[in-house]
Amino acid sequence: MPEIANTAAKVAVAMTVNGRLVSAELDPRTLLVQFLREKLLLTGTHVGCDTSQCGACVVHVDGAAVKSCTMLAIQADGMSVTTIEGLAGASGLHPMQEAFREHHGLQCGFCTPGMIMTALDMVARLGPDLDEATIRENLDGNLCRCTGYHNIVKAIGAGAAAMGAGAKVAAE
Amino acid sequence: MNDSTVTPIGAAVRRKEDQRFITGKGRYTDDLSRPGQAFAYFLRSPHAHATIRGIDTAAAKAMPGVVGILTGADLAADKIGDLICGWLVTSKDGTPMHMGSHPALAKDKVRYVGDHVAVVIAETLDAAKDAAAAIAVDYEVLPAVADLAAADAGAQIHDNAPRNISYEWELGDKAATEAAFARAAHVTKIDLVNNRLAPNAMEPRAAIGEYDAGDEAYTLWTTSQNPHVARLVLSAFVGIAPEHKLRVIAPDVGGGFGSKIFIYAEETVCTWAAKKVGRPVKWTADRSEAFLSDAHGRDHISHAELATDAAGKILGFKVHTRANLGAYMSTFSSCIPTYLYATLLSGQYAIPAIHCEVDAFYTTTAPVDAYRGAGRPEATFLVERIMDKAARELAIDPAEFRRRNFVTQFPHQTPVIMNYDAGDYGASLDLALEMADYKGFPARRAEAEARGKLRGIGLSNYIEACGIAPSAAVGSLGAGVGLWESAEVRVNPTGNVEVLTGSHSHGQGHETTFAQLVSARLGIPIDQVSVVHGDTDKVQFGMGTYGSRSGAVGMSAIVKALDKVEAKAKKIAAHILEAAEGDIEFKDGRFTVAGTDRSLAFAEVALNAYVAHKFPTSEIEPGLKEGAFYDPTNFTFPAGCHICEVEVDPETGVTRIVNFTAVDDFGVVINPMIVEGQVHGGIAQGVGQALLEGVTYDADGQLVTGSYMDYTMPRADDLPSFKLGLTQTRCPSNPLGIKGCGEAGAIAAPAAVINALADALGTQDVPMPATPAKVWALAKTRAVRQAAE
Repeated sequence: MPEIANTAAKVAVAMTVNGRLVSAELDPRTLLVQFLREKLLLTGTHVGCDTSQCGACVVHVDGAAVKSCTMLAIQADGMSVTTIEGLAGASGLHPMQEAFREHHGLQCGFCTPGMIMTALDMVARLGPDLDEATIRENLDGNLCRCTGYHNIVKAIGAGAAAMGAGAKVAAE
Repeated sequence: MNDSTVTPIGAAVRRKEDQRFITGKGRYTDDLSRPGQAFAYFLRSPHAHATIRGIDTAAAKAMPGVVGILTGADLAADKIGDLICGWLVTSKDGTPMHMGSHPALAKDKVRYVGDHVAVVIAETLDAAKDAAAAIAVDYEVLPAVADLAAADAGAQIHDNAPRNISYEWELGDKAATEAAFARAAHVTKIDLVNNRLAPNAMEPRAAIGEYDAGDEAYTLWTTSQNPHVARLVLSAFVGIAPEHKLRVIAPDVGGGFGSKIFIYAEETVCTWAAKKVGRPVKWTADRSEAFLSDAHGRDHISHAELATDAAGKILGFKVHTRANLGAYMSTFSSCIPTYLYATLLSGQYAIPAIHCEVDAFYTTTAPVDAYRGAGRPEATFLVERIMDKAARELAIDPAEFRRRNFVTQFPHQTPVIMNYDAGDYGASLDLALEMADYKGFPARRAEAEARGKLRGIGLSNYIEACGIAPSAAVGSLGAGVGLWESAEVRVNPTGNVEVLTGSHSHGQGHETTFAQLVSARLGIPIDQVSVVHGDTDKVQFGMGTYGSRSGAVGMSAIVKALDKVEAKAKKIAAHILEAAEGDIEFKDGRFTVAGTDRSLAFAEVALNAYVAHKFPTSEIEPGLKEGAFYDPTNFTFPAGCHICEVEVDPETGVTRIVNFTAVDDFGVVINPMIVEGQVHGGIAQGVGQALLEGVTYDADGQLVTGSYMDYTMPRADDLPSFKLGLTQTRCPSNPLGIKGCGEAGAIAAPAAVINALADALGTQDVPMPATPAKVWALAKTRAVRQAAE
């Protein structure tokens, strides 16, 4: 593909994505989500809007949920990024992923990666005992058009509880 | 229930497709890239209505990274045809609808903000956007026609549509209806606006067009609910390529709700342009473009009157509706406010005479077409609002008034085409009243009042026509296509099965339910079944997914193909088991000689079918693969009762849904988990319409609600958890007894919510969306009214 003249100088960026060190020379205006999807081909992180409202692009940056459409890739330089592709381990699905399947927390699947990443952030911030009102309030930044949220709320509650039980077992 | 078991019909089997979606391995159109692809950006009209005097692309073409810029003139030079509306509606005076010319890129005029003026194709999307900004378009701005109520008095939008009317249509017996009104004891009148909605599938539309010069063949990857129909339209009408030289692939699609049925300008242009520029051309809408250019839904203004006798029985119903088509007639736009609307105006009720007039207008707004429910939500909203209003005027309990007028004998021929085949409306009403604790409502209302809150309860007894649709019937009503479905069941030599279906899945879970059906029928584990859809090179043909038709029509085609597979396998088994064909029984995955212990597993017969050593191939062809086309014999008629209970804070105008009960009769349910999910999502969209959503254009035709900052989508904390119940009458018109479940929530919910608000606020004039500002004003009026009393 022919190179295009670009007045902006490329900027070097390096970060850890799903445990792997990656680096690239980027146009400074490259968004984190563009870097993930277009350069790293991690297409599980989606773009559903252009006003930072829908949450389909949520990833974790240094452990906190971030809308990756609202952050420049260079802002994540030196940081650790986790995407939906980084959740399942060698032993299988993450309990939150499993809960979404078990409770039919997804239909078309487009919002799902953002929902799962937001759910994990919720557990990290608020602990594993999440009631319905708390879950609904904390889902404010994620839109779903298919499920009416009913089963997403159930899935997050169950996934959080499973994480809590898992942590308890690990501690004992 | 896990992957390696045989899955019976009726089991809540967990979804096979979820594995890829929960791990980020879905394959949506924008996730795909083609070698050498360039990026398309559409220059869109900033004006609602304007003549294009000239387009100067010279400066833009010289911009860095530009691969090509194409306009309507290039489209015309290549003799690319207009986008079409595939359903002919005829006006009451016998004239066919006036379909305005709809080129994929504007030729001499633009007709809404967002209309397509030119496409810029460049090495990057940013380069394409930069170049688009350098295109000079000389517009002569014309008056906008943004107000449906005054559309006939506005500037003429299409040369062939005076007064901006496409058709003035009617259904029913006018004289009989007038006669019914003449002997009425009471007439209830209502004026309603059915608010305009943006579908908002979370995945924005996208397309990649590619041309293979060696094969002279095109491939289009697109966000479609019906790739075969897209190929048919792009071949037979738009004329981009013959059908056998155009492959359309709809991979994972992130929701549709109707908006991805239609053949849009963007995928048309990307396909055509791929050959023009000699590169794959990729386009993905951003959300702002989606708001501007996805076909919107609803947008009716209606006046209705209901005539009742002294005993509270309905005598007649008349309706006059103005329907907005937008700037152009989208693919199925004409049938939505006519044959999918007026045909359902009998609701669940025995109404002797109905007359409905629908006038369909062009306006300088985005095209309007099917959105979840498509015509049927508009009908239900009208019927269920006027039922409530009439009940209150007649001082009859709304539940009792409905019950008094239910259709109770089946089949029931309505005065508006439909022949209801089965149902038990009293059963769903009874269960819903019980689940919602209707009797306990007065106490809850009093308790709320003591807290300074206003409670209301509202019913919506919806009916819909699904399983779309018998081909000859819709043909007689103007449809340009048949609405059957196809299926192919390929049994592999090792006994696993691929099912090819024309029903596209974009959230409905077909990969599970269809596999569940095959697993149950053939007695093989569900993980031995794959469902293939969404690729015109793999599936021979299909009409796609909409109108809750995938179960009733798509699965019925699979049943037909399975019948053929079983019949042939029995013949083969008979030869191997040296028995008469009539003595072979097939049960639990085994072919058994009746009354003996001699049997073969399904996989053994499959292998033998391909090895072909043990039967005479002069009589039985080798192999085990069967196809079927299924054409339904009737529409299906899902129906039910949804009850909403709201609590209004009169200080803030905020409406909280404190209870939502949905009782539905979907006929036979294959997978209750998936069916419940469909109901949840539908209710959320219906609640969205009632309380939150509304597309708004200003007087100049500018879209005011063009982003999620301006258009209110339902969020998790706007909704409660829902209470669901099922009643069941089997659908007699298809082999599985399925009625369909995809649209019920969106159809039923708006009237339930608004009826509840009307109850809470003590007025029938509750507009949608009932935003806090409007509800606050109504609560205030109520307080003033009460103080005066």
